[in-house]
Amino acid sequence: MIHSRILASVALSALMLGATPAVTFAETPPDTLIQAWSIDDIISLDPAEIFEFSASEIAGNTYETLIGYDPKNVSDIFGKAAESWTVSEDGKTISFTMKEGRTFASGNPITAEDAVFSLVRAVKLNKSPAFIIGQLGMTPENVEENIVQTGPMTFDFKMDKAYAPTLVLYCLTATVASVVDKKLAMEHEADGDFGYGWLKTNYAGSGPFTIKDWRPNEAVILERNANYSGDAPPMARVIYRHIPETSTQRLLLEKGDIDIARNLTAEDIAALKDDPNVKIESGAKGSLYYLGMNQKNEYLSKPQVRQAMKYLVDYDTIANTIMAGKVKVHQGFLPEGFLGAYNENPFSLNIEKAKELLAEAGVPEGFKVTMDTRNTPEITAMAQAMQQTMAQAGVELELIPGDGKQTLTKYRARNHDIYIGRWGPDFQDPHTNASTFAYNPDNSDDATSKPLAWRNAWDIPELTAETDAAMLEPDAEKRAAMYIDEQKKVMETGPFVIYAQEIEVMGERKNVEGVIVGPSFNDNNFAHVTK
Amino acid sequence: MTTRTNRGRRGALWLRKLVSTLGTVAVTFLGLLVVTFLIGRVVPVDPVLSVVGDRATQAQYDAAYHALGLDKPLVEQFWIWLQKVFQGDFGTSNLTTRPISQDIARVFPATLELATVSIVIGTAFGIPMGVWAAVRQGKLIDQIVRVVGLVGYSAPVFWLGLMGLLLFYFKLDLISGPGRVDISYEYDFTPKTGLFLLDTAMQGAWPAFRNVFSHIILPASLLGYLSLAYISRMTRSFMLNELAQEYITTARVKGVPEWRIIWVQALRNAAVPLVTVVALSYANLLEGSVLTETVFAWPGLGQYLTNSLQNADMNAVLGGTLVIGAIFVGLNMFSDLLYTLLDARTRNQK
Repeated sequence: MIHSRILASVALSALMLGATPAVTFAETPPDTLIQAWSIDDIISLDPAEIFEFSASEIAGNTYETLIGYDPKNVSDIFGKAAESWTVSEDGKTISFTMKEGRTFASGNPITAEDAVFSLVRAVKLNKSPAFIIGQLGMTPENVEENIVQTGPMTFDFKMDKAYAPTLVLYCLTATVASVVDKKLAMEHEADGDFGYGWLKTNYAGSGPFTIKDWRPNEAVILERNANYSGDAPPMARVIYRHIPETSTQRLLLEKGDIDIARNLTAEDIAALKDDPNVKIESGAKGSLYYLGMNQKNEYLSKPQVRQAMKYLVDYDTIANTIMAGKVKVHQGFLPEGFLGAYNENPFSLNIEKAKELLAEAGVPEGFKVTMDTRNTPEITAMAQAMQQTMAQAGVELELIPGDGKQTLTKYRARNHDIYIGRWGPDFQDPHTNASTFAYNPDNSDDATSKPLAWRNAWDIPELTAETDAAMLEPDAEKRAAMYIDEQKKVMETGPFVIYAQEIEVMGERKNVEGVIVGPSFNDNNFAHVTK
Repeated sequence: MTTRTNRGRRGALWLRKLVSTLGTVAVTFLGLLVVTFLIGRVVPVDPVLSVVGDRATQAQYDAAYHALGLDKPLVEQFWIWLQKVFQGDFGTSNLTTRPISQDIARVFPATLELATVSIVIGTAFGIPMGVWAAVRQGKLIDQIVRVVGLVGYSAPVFWLGLMGLLLFYFKLDLISGPGRVDISYEYDFTPKTGLFLLDTAMQGAWPAFRNVFSHIILPASLLGYLSLAYISRMTRSFMLNELAQEYITTARVKGVPEWRIIWVQALRNAAVPLVTVVALSYANLLEGSVLTETVFAWPGLGQYLTNSLQNADMNAVLGGTLVIGAIFVGLNMFSDLLYTLLDARTRNQK
């Protein structure tokens, strides 16, 4: 039959096409580090605006901040772009001296003028992370009088109060305090925007790598900075590929088409343990997983109910099974590694104790409550585990699944009962978390400051005052003690069930060496990677 | 004289048809945009969040809210947006910070290329399979085609994609993995059209062409298989309908060879409704398949639109909707045109 012959030939030619030997490389190019990561959170490459995980990491590898710290020992603070600093007697002014002989990627020298420009610009542009500098008394109106150049390589940083020096220095390690190439940025200025419109998608820094290209939802390409003042990085290129699906990341890693997979699930990690070509590298991150219980809810506003809820989470199962390798149990609001972190975990799953507390609260039969749950597999799995344990004490937890931004919108409007969330610190100082978990200056609906305590309608004038005081304590030891005290109070009475601290996991090919997984995303460093 | 009047009349008819078509298109677009705009505003996601993030102060939040024009009444917001569109300005994406037109020009070729290869595969296999099944109705081959179609209909594309990768990429090493091209080939050609197969072929970058091909073949086969399932079923039913017609019996009686009856006479008539089926399948593919694009890390329209919608980035969603609307309208008009070529009856209709 002719038609079957036609069919056969069509099929055959298609098969031949499909079977064309693919020119695949078993390995990535030797001077290029290729990572698979979900990078669709990047909305800007301007350090004055960057606040997202992936963009922070990119900034950490391409810009230099004034101050840095050792990612393995964060109390070891040192100058990066700054050589040294002195604090005035009244504690309100810090005078910085910049390092000599350093250049930006453009070849322009790094001077105090650039440092002043970068900080002033960040405050004046007033993007999301601007408060990190702003909280030290800087406003768009006064910043030019307060951050002043005093010589070619020196400048003064004048604050409204004598803040704890560690707080100020840690603030200056944040991405927002990156030193931007003034000359280059101002060449692209439009309508007095300090080059913001241009820098959103371009680069003007001095780090070990430069940002060569950002193709949204596709790739970010970093290239070795030929003008870097430190040791030249061994890798000529670092490429981030946007691979949203974790199983796909795993396949690429196992096959050797990428060097590092960044979004592996607990299941992937377990499966990769036996692969001789792959190793797992991990490091504790500052992000905390917690439940926020809205105090506008009649049941959750009872102190005994709040306590009971803390006994109704199976911390160990979450840390060792559901999220194995990706979290560890942690219940204080300061993550382990921070100054003043309280690392005791007094709560564990205890149904009987919870029942007693519920009876004390006048709800012996339990109650019904909803939880807004981001519909990612991991958050959903943890939420379901909690649903099960809470049911044992009669607390009927109804999960309301939603997209990330959707659940967040509801949470920010205080329309939730319980919200299962994740909170990452904004900078390395304890004030960052104290000012959100233990701070609520105005609990009214139209408050201007809306920390997590506000979102859960927790009215705490005393704790708020304590947080303010700790911010000014110059003695590090006393300061640490103040935070420990605050954490204990939040643990006992607060509307937060903090249950885990994140561990960041990278699946790497065996030959990859020298990756630094730091406590915050801008500490993740690839400048010394070899393979 | 008579011919001239006829020509004049025909011209007027064409003009009227053109005006009415354009009118329909305009109304369709407006309706589409109004609905999309409203959906975007009803979605319980705060668009400001994707601009300022979760940590912004109230003042920063308010500034962004104002800058996005969200403090204006809904009708006014829509009107402002519409005016800009007529000036060729689709606005800027909150997420990528780039003009929407630039974004779409970047993501759409990826989808277009994938959809085109897919529909070629789907049609090349689907139509012969459907014809074969119809000719051998009730026989083994018919059952096989139906089962193949059923699997294509019912298996989750996400799972099929992962299994395909596992088998052909990971185990058998026949094809390249996710993405459009390997990094090593990325700089061997200039993406002028954004259709990498075309770009590499035009620039004679054959190793890169082979690499691009080995990347696209699996997702395209997968999507092709899904449209094949639909096309083959529809072909089968159209062909069964045609084969039962009297003209087929007449042709057989007259001794016309069987292959000619099936592949020329019956298929030609079945082709008329099939054109719509293929055009609609193609249009569906051009919308971008979110799941396939996710599994294969294909930076196309589907992923772009989903991400935009989840962040309530309405400029991007509306821009994308316009493109998809234009594709549907365009393909419909194209299939109408093909109708007139294939079907003598519609050709003479006034």
